[in-house]
Amino acid sequence: MTGLNFVGAGLIVIGAGLGIGRIGGSAMDAIARQPEASGKIQTAMLIAAALIEGIGFAALFAA
Amino acid sequence: MEKLIEQFSLGLFFWQLILFIALVLLLQKFAWKPILNSVNEREKGIKNALDEAENARKEMQNLNADNERILKEARAQRDTLLKEAREMKEGIISEAKNEAQVQAAKIVEQAQATIEAEKQAAITDLKNQVAELSVGIAEKVVRGELADKNKQTKLVEELLKEVTIS
Amino acid sequence: MHRINLVKILSLLLLTVTISVNAQHDASTKAHEETTPQEKDLKTEIKEYIAHHLLDSYDFTLFSWTTDAGEHKYFSAPLPVIIYDGGLKIFSSSKFHHGETVAEVDGNYYKLYHNKIYKTDAEGTISYDEEHHPTNAKPLDFSITKNVVFIIIVAVLMFFMFTRMAKSYKGNLMPKGMGRMLEPIILYIRDDIAIPNIGEKKYKKYMGYLLTVFFFVWIINLLGLTPLGVNVTNNIAVTLALALITYFLTTFTANKNYWKHIFWMPDVPVLMKIILAPIELLGTFIKPFALMIRLYANITAGHIVLMSIIGLMFVFKSWIGSPLSFGLAFALALLELLVAALQAYIFTMLSALYFGMAVEEHDDH
Repeated sequence: MTGLNFVGAGLIVIGAGLGIGRIGGSAMDAIARQPEASGKIQTAMLIAAALIEGIGFAALFAA
Repeated sequence: MEKLIEQFSLGLFFWQLILFIALVLLLQKFAWKPILNSVNEREKGIKNALDEAENARKEMQNLNADNERILKEARAQRDTLLKEAREMKEGIISEAKNEAQVQAAKIVEQAQATIEAEKQAAITDLKNQVAELSVGIAEKVVRGELADKNKQTKLVEELLKEVTIS
Repeated sequence: MHRINLVKILSLLLLTVTISVNAQHDASTKAHEETTPQEKDLKTEIKEYIAHHLLDSYDFTLFSWTTDAGEHKYFSAPLPVIIYDGGLKIFSSSKFHHGETVAEVDGNYYKLYHNKIYKTDAEGTISYDEEHHPTNAKPLDFSITKNVVFIIIVAVLMFFMFTRMAKSYKGNLMPKGMGRMLEPIILYIRDDIAIPNIGEKKYKKYMGYLLTVFFFVWIINLLGLTPLGVNVTNNIAVTLALALITYFLTTFTANKNYWKHIFWMPDVPVLMKIILAPIELLGTFIKPFALMIRLYANITAGHIVLMSIIGLMFVFKSWIGSPLSFGLAFALALLELLVAALQAYIFTMLSALYFGMAVEEHDDH
């Protein structure tokens, strides 16, 4: 039974990883499109990534 | 989650809270405030300096424009002055010419008048002298002729006759 | 392209290692409690060492070893223990002998068990409940532990560093020495974190906290990467304290607008308002909670992975183990340097964001 916890946590981590990857990729696209706004985009990217990361960690520790 | 709660240490929490708040307050008073103030002042100084430079640049530009304008004006003034001078010169010359002509004419006229006067005088003088001379000669002649009383009387009579006739 | 692939592979590897270490760690501690210390195998020992490293301790131990005679030797300095158990009791942690003996203070007996102080009888008996948790009484513990020592060290260090920097401004436009390096960071926090998030008008009153929290977290994270074996920010108590300060600052400086948006969201139907209010209220607690968990988890995960990789050296027992372990540990240590700064940045950034929400002025919306 305990094993399932970790499978769930793993799934969430995969999800979080995909999410952060998407954020990073989109941010790169946005920077490529508007290099002059890179500072703002980076900040927004970090915040969004941090929020998803928070969920990921919460899941890890809940497991 | 359970592990987290189990791990939680009240002592560490207490110390962290106390020390951190103390650190924030102390640094706020002794470090952040002076640092941020100095930085702000510096930035203000830099901004002022930039503004001043900008103002100076603008002033310089104005000054340059002024100079240009003054130069143009001066040039125009010079041109007018020169023109005036030329005109004046020409005026003076022509005036002088006219005056000279008038003067010359006057002088000539005067000279002619003088000559005329001299001539008249000379003529008069000559007439007088001729008269005197004639009188003298006549006197001498008369004196010689009228050495005696008869002749004198005869002459007077003749003369008187003549006067009456003429 | 190659570089990206390498990073991908590396991160995948790290992810698997983290998860497996976490997974195995739990299992092993349970297993260990049934075995006697002599029967511990190498892997279990490494895991235990890591688990031990992640915990706070009552003395400052640089390293320890076991003599051939099976005797534990420690190279360490004892720290003061302060407990409140029917009166304040202060004694040196050397009395515990690293958990091996029972400390007797004023007629009471205390024993260290799994890094916690329990009140016991003279023999140091610890009784357990059915889930194997000790049932002994725990005295209120305000000890100056290793982590507290390092919090004090960092606080003193920061105080001298920044007051010196402040002094070097006197009569100068530029700071001298270290201030030259620190000033751009301070300006970055002001111009790129505080002002855009909080606003030109109100950022000033939060600057002290933001700057202090950034440098504190950063320096203490960096200290965690030194071989001193300290590990302050992977204690939930420390991150909780920081997050609580953010929470209280947000709550107590919030304006009417902020509360209005929580309890009576404008421009939505009444039914939605009623539904939204508890969600929004919960959100105000979740925000600092996420701050707390994030910092804690990032640093803990970093330490676990780093130490596990170093532990690989002993597990592999072949020529390939050491170079592999070294290479990975080196790369990871570099990554951790980045994480140390990044987590400090994110903590500061999100705090500023929450402050900004609290003091935001908007008329419409």
